[in-house]
Amino acid sequence: MKKILLSATMLLALGAVAQAKDILTVYTYESFVGDYGPGAKIKAKFEETCDCEVKWVSLGDGVAVLNRLKLEGKDTKADVVLGLDTNLTAEAHDLGVFGKHGVDVSRAKVPGGWTDSEFLPYDYGHFAFVYNTELIKKPPNSLEELVNGDPKQKIALEDPRSSTPGLGFLLWMKTVYGDQAAEKWKVLKNRVLITAPGWNEAYALFTKGEVSMVFSYVTSPAYHMIEEKTDKYQAANFVEGHYLQIEVAGLIEASPHKALAQKFMDFILTPGFQDNIPTINWMMPASATTAPLPAEFDKLVKPAKTLLYSPQEVNAHRREWINEWFKAVNG
Amino acid sequence: MNGSKLLMAERTYQHFAAQMLVLSSVILGLVPLIWFAISRGGLSAFRLDAGVWDVLAFTLEQAFLSTVLSVVPGLFIARAMARQNFPGHTWLLRLFAVPTALPAIVVVLALTSIYGNKHLLGGWIELYGWGGILLAHVFFNLPLAVRLFYEASEQIAPENFRLSAQLSFTDKEVFWHVEWPVLRNIVPRVSALIFLLCAASFVIVLTLGGPTATTLEVAIYQSLRLDFDIGRALTLGFIQIVLCFVLVALSGRVMLQSVTHAGNQLFQRRFDGQGSVSRFIDLTMIVFGALVVLPPLFALVSSGFMQLQISPQVLSASGFSLGIGFVSACLDLILAWNTAQQTDWFSQGIALSALIVPPAVMATGWFILLQPFSDSLIMVIASIIALNALMALPFVVSILAPAFERRRKKHDRLCAQLALSGWQKLRNIDLPLMWRPLVQSFLLGFILSIGDLTAITLLGNQGVVTLPSLIQIQMGHYRGSDAAGTALLLAILSLVCAWAAQRFGDQYDPD
Repeated sequence: MKKILLSATMLLALGAVAQAKDILTVYTYESFVGDYGPGAKIKAKFEETCDCEVKWVSLGDGVAVLNRLKLEGKDTKADVVLGLDTNLTAEAHDLGVFGKHGVDVSRAKVPGGWTDSEFLPYDYGHFAFVYNTELIKKPPNSLEELVNGDPKQKIALEDPRSSTPGLGFLLWMKTVYGDQAAEKWKVLKNRVLITAPGWNEAYALFTKGEVSMVFSYVTSPAYHMIEEKTDKYQAANFVEGHYLQIEVAGLIEASPHKALAQKFMDFILTPGFQDNIPTINWMMPASATTAPLPAEFDKLVKPAKTLLYSPQEVNAHRREWINEWFKAVNG
Repeated sequence: MNGSKLLMAERTYQHFAAQMLVLSSVILGLVPLIWFAISRGGLSAFRLDAGVWDVLAFTLEQAFLSTVLSVVPGLFIARAMARQNFPGHTWLLRLFAVPTALPAIVVVLALTSIYGNKHLLGGWIELYGWGGILLAHVFFNLPLAVRLFYEASEQIAPENFRLSAQLSFTDKEVFWHVEWPVLRNIVPRVSALIFLLCAASFVIVLTLGGPTATTLEVAIYQSLRLDFDIGRALTLGFIQIVLCFVLVALSGRVMLQSVTHAGNQLFQRRFDGQGSVSRFIDLTMIVFGALVVLPPLFALVSSGFMQLQISPQVLSASGFSLGIGFVSACLDLILAWNTAQQTDWFSQGIALSALIVPPAVMATGWFILLQPFSDSLIMVIASIIALNALMALPFVVSILAPAFERRRKKHDRLCAQLALSGWQKLRNIDLPLMWRPLVQSFLLGFILSIGDLTAITLLGNQGVVTLPSLIQIQMGHYRGSDAAGTALLLAILSLVCAWAAQRFGDQYDPD
């Protein structure tokens, strides 16, 4: 009797395996998927290599992805999480749900190199001020020049409380000015016309001509040059260096599809994934692409120096630094 | 006394069930979150810092000014539109339905095309600061107030105007004896709604006001999102709840039983406001309203006209928007039918609950509760619909409540005498008499939902993309011009719905 039961169970189990493809659930942010993001192409490429299905679960942005993990904890339905950045990885690590990615980190080509065995970079971008060449003839060549520039030339920033680039600029100011950051914020304040809740709003008002400069990415002009065939928008190169955003992925240790998740992590640094980054996600690839980048990318600003806090430093000070900023701009 | 007792609305089981449904969905949003906060940080999770009081002060100040600037002119524009007839009257009223559907950033961009740096009226108004915040809030809420007041004034018994004309009432007397008794019931309600909308304003306040302009909603968002400090978010949420209850209680005090005569169902014809001075004042009010609302809509047309496209993603987003809007408006009608008939403060509070409890708090609570089903598409859509319906409920109720009041005055005794109830009463009395307000409140629920970005952002995933979220996505991919086209499509859809609702609503006029 026991034998029959056992074999029946095994048959059932086998049947289940044969029937359903393995589904890899990947949490990511909204703009990575959808008709404008690289998600669909990456999914198709990965599915060629396995008998599996990639299921994207898209949430607002990187912070929303992290918060979803905080709410779900160990019960998370994700196998892979893609779309956090290095400002969030310390907190993500503390959740204790991520496992080792097992990928050779020397394959990751990001400024400053990569050593983290838990999170793997899939793209990066230096932040930069993008300016309208019709309104600004002589762009600032340093953060210092930006801060002390003509208050009549207005700029748009993002709010560090609600926006990832906003936090990026706050950290940039802090790496360059340290204890004097608050003083510099008070000076800069006179030039800031808009502190938008997100990059979308700030950038839209910039292209509308409301401000002559906006806080964005070094890669932003590439979009305008390639898709709109215009040189109108360019990024300013700052001598102090540029703050870096590195976007990363990680796998969930307790995932029932861990082998598949590991395979996906390995896939991230291959051309099949990376080819979709430069001209769809408009960020720099974290590893080699099949073809060289379009010529327009050669015209982009190449920061002389990369500025970046460690995830632990950001995690330890973020709240205090945001309060400092808030007091300075409200003073 | 017996008479007035009879006039009290009957509190049936359905009414009770609908109220409990609304109340429990709000409580089901709060409890898991409280539990989550306590299980992570103990009771010390609930704490406040001094900065909160500045935030609160700013929230109240900004919301108060925005409300006054929307409600007072709104009242007089609605009155002017009710008593004057002019070419374009109906279309103006329909156009006044459009701002409610537009996402905040679309409105901000449209305003910059008029009042921005290098534009038509650049420099007229300090767009980035108080001026801009108030302007944007008035753009949203003035037309809303006009429509709500206009619907209420449609509920004034036509005989009252005839009688006052026979008695040679002056315009002032007509206002105080005929219009005000009906309006004073609805003014506090509309003011409370608009106040809460402005207090919860987020994108407008931040984009145009900068970091100095931090509302309670911004602080709640920051705690829930960036800091993931649920204790603080809940504490701020409770402050908002207390604030709202004070507001509801206050408006309940002001709200007296309306004393209007129920009248017969006749075509409403106005005899007042025909003097040249009144006509001039009315015209000025109407022109003022049109000047607030129309230029930004015109900017929307001019920036989106060449970008209008019917791509698969636009079609799918329209489908999601219309579908979600339709179902949540239906749900709203069912809930409002059963909650709008009570006028006690408890029922009022229930109808307002989704504006009282911050949607971000509610959505997070629901998520914790529904976590086992979080990968089900149906569950995601259902929760988006439910949150939309709850957020629109107070508006839908505010159109239905005055109509119910009038129906009750007119027919309840008769129905009681004839022992008419249930389906018979619904078909023969309620539906014919309530048809127009029902259609109008359906429209409002629908428009609020198709324009919603809150529920979709908080609860959406799995590729549920509506028109407002498509606008967000397009803007996020440098496709600002595509976004302008999508925004125009959203505006056109809501205008078509306003047109259809009016045609449909007037069709089934009783008698």
